[in-house]
Amino acid sequence: MSATLFGLLGAALVGIGLFGMLVGTQPLMRIVCFNLLGSGVFLVFGAVARRGGGAGFAADPVPQAVILTGLVVAFAATTLAVALVLRLAGNEDEDRH
Amino acid sequence: MIAGLAVDVLLAAGSLGLALGVIRARRVFTAIALFIAHGLLLALAWVRLDALDVALTEAAIGAGLSGVLLLAARHRLARGGSERTTEAPGRVATIFIGLGCACITVALGYAVLALPKPAPGLAAEVAANLAATELGNPVTGVLMVFRGLDTLLEAAVLVLAVIGVWSLAPDATWRGTPGAPWPAVTDGPRALLARLLPPIGIVVAVHILWVGADAPGGKFQAAAILAAMGLLVWFAGLVRVPPTASWPLRATIAAGPALFMAIGLAGLAVEGAFLAYPEGLVKPTILIVEFVLAASVAAALALLVMGAPSRDAPP
Amino acid sequence: MSLLADAFTILAILAGIGFFAAGTAGLLRFPDTASRLHALTKADHLGLGLVVIGLLPQAGSLANTLRLLAVWALVLVASAAAGPMLATLTRRAEPET
Repeated sequence: MSATLFGLLGAALVGIGLFGMLVGTQPLMRIVCFNLLGSGVFLVFGAVARRGGGAGFAADPVPQAVILTGLVVAFAATTLAVALVLRLAGNEDEDRH
Repeated sequence: MIAGLAVDVLLAAGSLGLALGVIRARRVFTAIALFIAHGLLLALAWVRLDALDVALTEAAIGAGLSGVLLLAARHRLARGGSERTTEAPGRVATIFIGLGCACITVALGYAVLALPKPAPGLAAEVAANLAATELGNPVTGVLMVFRGLDTLLEAAVLVLAVIGVWSLAPDATWRGTPGAPWPAVTDGPRALLARLLPPIGIVVAVHILWVGADAPGGKFQAAAILAAMGLLVWFAGLVRVPPTASWPLRATIAAGPALFMAIGLAGLAVEGAFLAYPEGLVKPTILIVEFVLAASVAAALALLVMGAPSRDAPP
Repeated sequence: MSLLADAFTILAILAGIGFFAAGTAGLLRFPDTASRLHALTKADHLGLGLVVIGLLPQAGSLANTLRLLAVWALVLVASAAAGPMLATLTRRAEPET
């Protein structure tokens, strides 16, 4: 039951995050929405993991490990995006001087 | 059963509401604050999904470190006042984008509802082979043994991300100190936290790393806590970060993936397969890799939050 | 004996929930940031404290007892540090209130 509910939440988060990312005007806002989208994808996958539980495990450990990996990689992508945004803003400063 | 369902519905509704709040927010600060709250609710959702390892990582990295990173970036942009914004799509375009996103959500939701029963999974295989890894936590077993290659590549991604962020430094601060330096504070809450928490945080991180073999926890959660402790001291201006040109700093970041790769190659030579661990020494080998990886990942995470060397003056 | 412990747990946690509810109401209803912070930190300190005290009889082992107390202590430190920081920021942002 929790698996289906949170899977549906994940589906909703994907739509919300994608919408925010496409219509947003401020770069940081779009990065935040990109993270919402990512958490939605992870939740859908988490629902699959929960449903795949068995053999004494409450949830399938393989998707869980992949979600863990994904969270760290998504964070790395976010830092790179933020660094790009900061650098772009800095460049504009230099142009003005 | 009913109580559990009620908790699930509350968590899902709260998380959905916060996500809608993020995209409706006018100010970036509001959006980030709501996003952090959303991350914490998601961590609870992961607990309800019996994914405790993911819950710890979501709270530490998804909400904690990402939140700090975004808030610091917003602060620097707000003071610079020169954030590049793009033009908002027109009314019609917005409606079509909304419809498209709604279609994706509906399709995904349908996919979730249409998942096959009984659910296919690898839980039985993991259970059958976990004894060979000498580990008690199946997720650590998958991360370090069954899908060790993924973990190795992930550690490499972190190194590449650090290289990417550093290479965005402007010429003036090329090879300089990461991030915008913070002035030293000697009293007040920031100094208190920077002095009080790191010893506790280091103990908690080592504990989480150590129990990760048999219980929820492991190197990524431990590394996130260590990185947070480092950042706390950095925000209080009590530590000098070596410049990005420093070889010891670079070696710290690369040591974990390098050792992991070396052990993988040794496995190829001795056992005949990449990342095969020596028989009888599986757990000691994994523990050594985990400890060195945790140190490297912690350094990489902290440096990623600090960002590229910059001339920006801190507040 | 265990009945007494259970009753104590239920009472203490209910009291804690009461403080959390009051704190949340304060957060939503109070007019300015300083008093909202006041409501919030009260909920953190007393509400969580009562929940932790209520859970102590159920901890089962000394290690779990110490973990529960450590959680409380860490939240106390964090909110004691975050409260003044937010208050200072607010005073800078809205000097007249």
